[in-house]
Amino acid sequence: MSAVAPAQAPTHAPGQSRAVPRLLIGLAFVLTAIFVVAPLVFIFWRAFAEGWAVYLANIADPLVLHAIWLTTLVAVIVVPVNIAFGIAAAWAIARFRFPGRKLLMVLIEIPFSISPIIAGICYLLLYGRQGVLGPWLAAHDLKIMFALPGILLVTMFVTAPFVVREVLPLMQAQGSEQEQAAVTLGARGWQVFSRVTLPNIRWALLYGAVLCTARAVGEFGGVSVVSGSIRGQTNTLPLQIELMFNDLNTTGAFAAASTLTVIALVVLVVKAALESRR
Amino acid sequence: MTAAAPIRAKRVLPGFSLSLGTTLLYVALVILIPVVALMLKGAEIGPARFWAIVTAPRTLAALRVTLTAAAVATVFNALYGLLMAWVLTRYDFPGRRILDALMDIPFALPTAVAGLSLTALYSANGWFGGPLAGAGIALVYTLGGVILAMTFTSIPFVVRAIQPVLEDLDPALEQAAMTLGARPFAIFRRVVLPAILPAWLAGSTVAFARSLGEFGAVVFIAGNLPFKTEIAALLAFIRLEEYDYQGAAAIALVLLMFALVLLAVSNLIQFRAARHLEAR
Repeated sequence: MSAVAPAQAPTHAPGQSRAVPRLLIGLAFVLTAIFVVAPLVFIFWRAFAEGWAVYLANIADPLVLHAIWLTTLVAVIVVPVNIAFGIAAAWAIARFRFPGRKLLMVLIEIPFSISPIIAGICYLLLYGRQGVLGPWLAAHDLKIMFALPGILLVTMFVTAPFVVREVLPLMQAQGSEQEQAAVTLGARGWQVFSRVTLPNIRWALLYGAVLCTARAVGEFGGVSVVSGSIRGQTNTLPLQIELMFNDLNTTGAFAAASTLTVIALVVLVVKAALESRR
Repeated sequence: MTAAAPIRAKRVLPGFSLSLGTTLLYVALVILIPVVALMLKGAEIGPARFWAIVTAPRTLAALRVTLTAAAVATVFNALYGLLMAWVLTRYDFPGRRILDALMDIPFALPTAVAGLSLTALYSANGWFGGPLAGAGIALVYTLGGVILAMTFTSIPFVVRAIQPVLEDLDPALEQAAMTLGARPFAIFRRVVLPAILPAWLAGSTVAFARSLGEFGAVVFIAGNLPFKTEIAALLAFIRLEEYDYQGAAAIALVLLMFALVLLAVSNLIQFRAARHLEAR
């Protein structure tokens, strides 16, 4: 992407002092080191503070392993669902004009600006015992709150915009000429999608999926409302971290946190790799 | 794409009802119906009781803490974000791409992990907490901690909003201003600022909205003392744990209204900016 290359220092003439740019760049580095890098590095420093053996023992704790398993399960279910939704929404919004299209785009963005806690409360008021559907669910012996379905639903809520946000702008920018040509040449619906659309959007799709994964495994507020935090049953990894922190097992909490931090770093690496491809 | 492009030409493509049907079903089930459930439960409370919950001293204190901390965090991020966007798009220097990538850390890092790290980092035996304690400054379990947590989680919004606008801004404009004898600050105020203002405001609005709703990072560092460091989202959570569903719903509705208004403001700013650009 050529636009990313910085413009050739337009703000100062050759004779002018370079002091201002140097000052600004230095300030940017110092502030970023304090506010972004330090919290990041501190996680690993603290997780390994008592050595590898303690670190591995903390990860191998049955409660931590169960939390890792549950969190993985949530991601394995939510991410493909979100990919399917993201592609469908981007296809409908980018390729067709229909009334309410703008409104639909705003609705999809709602989870991005709503606190996950509110999302959790919404779900509790819908599916909980006191909720709108509570009596009906109880009569049919269906349990959504304080169980896996509730965790999945809230995670779907908070991750809903992630794939659409990456794929939609790209599909809009690319236009539909290639797809229309494929249709004219006799391609069927799924052929158009898998041979023309998918190759064009695959990197944006991958990045959206990676972002969605990071958000799904890291969701805390919404899940803490609907999971009930039952030890060894409905504790996801972020909830387990809070539990260990409250139990004053700080090193253990940091060990568990380091696994999620690795996933966050993978997000950055994937993004950097995709940007250098463009 | 011209306005004259007929709908029929668009409909050459297949999958309209399948894709739109899937989208509407998902949006309705996952997003819309739960939000409507909150509004229904909120309506059941009745205006008098709703008012009593929202104006209770503890609720007002929690809202004040939330708004104050979010405002301070947003002002910091508006300035820091502007600095970062400017430095990343206008100068070339070693480490620029790493600095750019680091801006995404607060998005990628789970909020609970951020909260855990910030708490330990700024507590008395942490890297920053020790020296700060020596200077008589305590951040953990104070309003300062709430501000710190909100600042961290909303860092990327302003940078990422301004960056594309600065990249698209033609340097020739700035050079022309310079040739005409404008000083650097005048160039920034008269040429650059008007161009990036909508993105700056929209990014700051989203950062503010995010800070108002932040929970994971804050609960670790805030100590959650009622009337002092208890944020509104946490108070709603506490009401749930007390089985006070009306109390939780009322506070959640207030936060939801804030979020929707801010979402509308941010969309309006961007919409007006886009129209203004088209008009030029």
